[in-house]
Amino acid sequence: MTVLIVVLSFGAFFCLYRALQGPSISDRAIAVDIMAVIFSSITALVALKYKLSYLIDLSIAIAVISFVGTLALAKYLEGRSLDD
Amino acid sequence: MIEVLGWISLCVGVGFTVLGCLGLVRFPDLYNRMQAATKCVTLGTCGIMLGVFLRSGFSALGVKALLCALFVLITVPVAAHALARGSLIFGVKLWKHTVKDEFTDDRGSESIIEEDK
Repeated sequence: MTVLIVVLSFGAFFCLYRALQGPSISDRAIAVDIMAVIFSSITALVALKYKLSYLIDLSIAIAVISFVGTLALAKYLEGRSLDD
Repeated sequence: MIEVLGWISLCVGVGFTVLGCLGLVRFPDLYNRMQAATKCVTLGTCGIMLGVFLRSGFSALGVKALLCALFVLITVPVAAHALARGSLIFGVKLWKHTVKDEFTDDRGSESIIEEDK
Protein backbone atom coordinates (compact mmCIF):
# COMPACT_ATOMS: atom_id res chain seq x y z
CA MET A 1 0.00 0.00 0.00
CA THR A 2 2.84 2.39 0.86
CA VAL A 3 4.45 1.63 -2.51
CA LEU A 4 1.24 2.56 -4.32
CA ILE A 5 1.02 5.88 -2.45
CA VAL A 6 4.65 6.72 -3.29
CA VAL A 7 4.14 5.89 -6.99
CA LEU A 8 1.05 8.13 -7.08
CA SER A 9 3.12 10.92 -5.53
CA PHE A 10 5.60 10.61 -8.41
CA GLY A 11 2.67 11.09 -10.78
CA ALA A 12 1.76 14.26 -8.88
CA PHE A 13 5.36 15.45 -9.34
CA PHE A 14 5.00 15.03 -13.13
CA CYS A 15 1.89 17.21 -12.98
CA LEU A 16 3.78 19.76 -10.87
CA TYR A 17 6.46 19.95 -13.59
CA ARG A 18 3.78 20.71 -16.19
CA ALA A 19 2.12 23.25 -13.90
CA LEU A 20 5.39 25.14 -13.41
CA GLN A 21 6.65 24.77 -17.00
CA GLY A 22 3.46 24.86 -19.10
CA PRO A 23 3.56 27.33 -22.00
CA SER A 24 -0.10 28.39 -21.82
CA ILE A 25 -2.45 29.06 -18.92
CA SER A 26 -4.63 26.06 -19.87
CA ASP A 27 -1.67 23.72 -19.39
CA ARG A 28 -1.30 24.93 -15.83
CA ALA A 29 -5.05 24.66 -15.24
CA ILE A 30 -5.34 21.06 -16.46
CA ALA A 31 -2.17 20.06 -14.55
CA VAL A 32 -3.55 21.45 -11.29
CA ASP A 33 -6.91 19.76 -11.95
CA ILE A 34 -5.26 16.37 -12.53
CA MET A 35 -3.08 16.94 -9.45
CA ALA A 36 -6.20 17.49 -7.33
CA VAL A 37 -7.72 14.24 -8.61
CA ILE A 38 -4.50 12.41 -7.75
CA PHE A 39 -4.55 13.91 -4.24
CA SER A 40 -8.11 12.68 -3.91
CA SER A 41 -7.02 9.11 -4.72
CA ILE A 42 -4.03 9.38 -2.35
CA THR A 43 -6.44 10.43 0.41
CA ALA A 44 -8.64 7.40 -0.33
CA LEU A 45 -5.61 5.10 -0.14
CA VAL A 46 -4.53 6.62 3.19
CA ALA A 47 -8.08 6.15 4.48
CA LEU A 48 -7.94 2.48 3.48
CA LYS A 49 -4.45 1.92 4.94
CA TYR A 50 -5.10 3.41 8.38
CA LYS A 51 -8.84 2.50 8.54
CA LEU A 52 -9.87 6.17 8.92
CA SER A 53 -13.26 6.24 7.22
CA TYR A 54 -13.77 10.00 7.64
CA LEU A 55 -10.87 10.78 5.28
CA ILE A 56 -12.94 9.65 2.27
CA ASP A 57 -15.19 12.70 2.81
CA LEU A 58 -12.10 14.85 2.30
CA SER A 59 -11.45 12.96 -0.94
CA ILE A 60 -14.93 13.82 -2.27
CA ALA A 61 -14.52 17.46 -1.19
CA ILE A 62 -11.18 17.83 -3.05
CA ALA A 63 -12.77 16.46 -6.25
CA VAL A 64 -15.73 18.90 -5.99
CA ILE A 65 -13.57 21.98 -5.36
CA SER A 66 -11.15 21.24 -8.22
CA PHE A 67 -14.09 20.71 -10.61
CA VAL A 68 -15.63 24.08 -9.75
CA GLY A 69 -12.28 25.85 -10.05
CA THR A 70 -11.47 24.41 -13.47
CA LEU A 71 -14.95 25.21 -14.78
CA ALA A 72 -14.65 28.83 -13.60
CA LEU A 73 -11.29 29.20 -15.36
CA ALA A 74 -12.70 27.67 -18.56
CA LYS A 75 -15.56 30.18 -18.55
CA TYR A 76 -13.08 33.00 -18.02
CA LEU A 77 -10.96 31.86 -20.99
CA GLU A 78 -14.05 31.70 -23.17
CA GLY A 79 -14.63 35.37 -22.49
CA ARG A 80 -17.98 35.18 -20.76
CA SER A 81 -18.87 36.40 -17.31
CA LEU A 82 -19.28 33.79 -14.59
CA ASP A 83 -23.06 34.12 -14.22
CA ASP A 84 -24.39 33.47 -17.72
CA MET B 1 -10.62 -13.87 -3.83
CA ILE B 2 -12.25 -10.45 -3.31
CA GLU B 3 -9.04 -9.38 -1.56
CA VAL B 4 -6.93 -10.31 -4.60
CA LEU B 5 -9.36 -8.56 -6.96
CA GLY B 6 -9.09 -5.44 -4.82
CA TRP B 7 -5.28 -5.47 -5.02
CA ILE B 8 -5.38 -5.97 -8.80
CA SER B 9 -7.82 -3.08 -9.19
CA LEU B 10 -5.66 -0.79 -7.03
CA CYS B 11 -2.49 -1.64 -8.99
CA VAL B 12 -4.19 -1.15 -12.39
CA GLY B 13 -5.58 2.20 -11.21
CA VAL B 14 -2.20 3.46 -9.99
CA GLY B 15 -0.52 2.30 -13.23
CA PHE B 16 -3.04 4.12 -15.42
CA THR B 17 -2.75 7.29 -13.33
CA VAL B 18 1.06 7.40 -13.56
CA LEU B 19 0.98 6.71 -17.31
CA GLY B 20 -1.51 9.56 -17.73
CA CYS B 21 0.80 11.93 -15.83
CA LEU B 22 3.70 10.81 -18.04
CA GLY B 23 1.55 11.73 -21.04
CA LEU B 24 0.95 15.13 -19.46
CA VAL B 25 4.70 15.70 -19.51
CA ARG B 26 5.61 14.13 -22.87
CA PHE B 27 2.92 15.05 -25.41
CA PRO B 28 3.51 17.96 -27.81
CA ASP B 29 0.58 20.36 -27.40
CA LEU B 30 -2.19 21.24 -24.98
CA TYR B 31 -4.96 19.19 -26.57
CA ASN B 32 -2.92 15.97 -26.78
CA ARG B 33 -1.81 16.43 -23.18
CA MET B 34 -5.38 17.02 -22.05
CA GLN B 35 -6.54 13.91 -23.88
CA ALA B 36 -3.90 11.65 -22.31
CA ALA B 37 -4.21 13.07 -18.82
CA THR B 38 -7.98 13.16 -18.42
CA LYS B 39 -8.70 9.74 -19.95
CA CYS B 40 -6.03 7.87 -18.02
CA VAL B 41 -6.58 9.66 -14.73
CA THR B 42 -10.36 9.16 -14.85
CA LEU B 43 -9.97 5.42 -15.45
CA GLY B 44 -7.18 5.19 -12.88
CA THR B 45 -9.10 6.99 -10.17
CA CYS B 46 -12.16 4.84 -10.80
CA GLY B 47 -9.93 1.76 -10.50
CA ILE B 48 -8.46 2.98 -7.22
CA MET B 49 -11.89 3.78 -5.76
CA LEU B 50 -13.22 0.39 -6.91
CA GLY B 51 -10.25 -1.25 -5.22
CA VAL B 52 -10.96 0.65 -1.99
CA PHE B 53 -14.59 -0.54 -2.21
CA LEU B 54 -13.59 -4.17 -2.85
CA ARG B 55 -11.14 -4.18 0.07
CA SER B 56 -13.41 -2.52 2.62
CA GLY B 57 -16.84 -3.93 1.65
CA PHE B 58 -20.19 -2.28 2.33
CA SER B 59 -18.90 -0.01 5.08
CA ALA B 60 -19.04 3.80 5.18
CA LEU B 61 -15.60 3.87 3.51
CA GLY B 62 -16.53 1.58 0.63
CA VAL B 63 -19.84 3.16 -0.32
CA LYS B 64 -18.41 6.68 -0.19
CA ALA B 65 -15.52 5.51 -2.36
CA LEU B 66 -18.02 4.30 -4.96
CA LEU B 67 -19.80 7.68 -4.79
CA CYS B 68 -16.47 9.45 -5.30
CA ALA B 69 -15.70 7.23 -8.31
CA LEU B 70 -19.07 8.09 -9.88
CA PHE B 71 -18.49 11.81 -9.25
CA VAL B 72 -15.00 11.77 -10.80
CA LEU B 73 -16.30 9.77 -13.78
CA ILE B 74 -18.87 12.49 -14.49
CA THR B 75 -16.99 15.68 -13.66
CA VAL B 76 -13.41 15.29 -14.97
CA PRO B 77 -14.41 14.85 -18.67
CA VAL B 78 -16.86 17.77 -18.35
CA ALA B 79 -14.14 20.03 -16.95
CA ALA B 80 -11.66 18.96 -19.64
CA HIS B 81 -14.21 19.58 -22.39
CA ALA B 82 -15.01 23.06 -21.08
CA LEU B 83 -11.32 23.88 -20.74
CA ALA B 84 -10.51 22.64 -24.26
CA ARG B 85 -13.32 24.73 -25.75
CA GLY B 86 -12.23 27.76 -23.73
CA SER B 87 -8.62 27.43 -24.90
CA LEU B 88 -9.65 27.02 -28.56
CA ILE B 89 -11.62 30.27 -28.35
CA PHE B 90 -8.82 31.91 -26.36
CA GLY B 91 -6.40 30.92 -29.15
CA VAL B 92 -4.01 28.33 -27.78
CA LYS B 93 -2.05 26.98 -30.77
CA LEU B 94 -2.44 23.44 -32.13
CA TRP B 95 0.60 21.27 -32.84
CA LYS B 96 2.40 22.05 -36.13
CA HIS B 97 1.79 18.54 -37.58
CA THR B 98 -1.97 18.78 -37.05
CA VAL B 99 -3.84 17.51 -40.13
CA LYS B 100 -7.36 18.89 -39.73
CA ASP B 101 -8.88 21.61 -37.57
CA GLU B 102 -12.65 21.43 -38.00
CA PHE B 103 -13.49 23.90 -35.24
CA THR B 104 -11.90 26.92 -36.91
CA ASP B 105 -13.01 25.68 -40.37
CA ASP B 106 -16.63 25.81 -39.22
CA ARG B 107 -16.23 29.19 -37.54
CA GLY B 108 -14.48 30.63 -40.59
CA SER B 109 -11.81 32.30 -38.48
CA GLU B 110 -8.10 32.09 -39.21
CA SER B 111 -6.22 28.89 -38.48
CA ILE B 112 -4.57 28.46 -35.09
CA ILE B 113 -2.19 25.68 -36.14
CA GLU B 114 1.31 26.51 -35.00
CA GLU B 115 3.70 27.73 -37.74
CA ASP B 116 6.44 25.30 -38.82
CA LYS B 117 9.79 26.89 -38.10
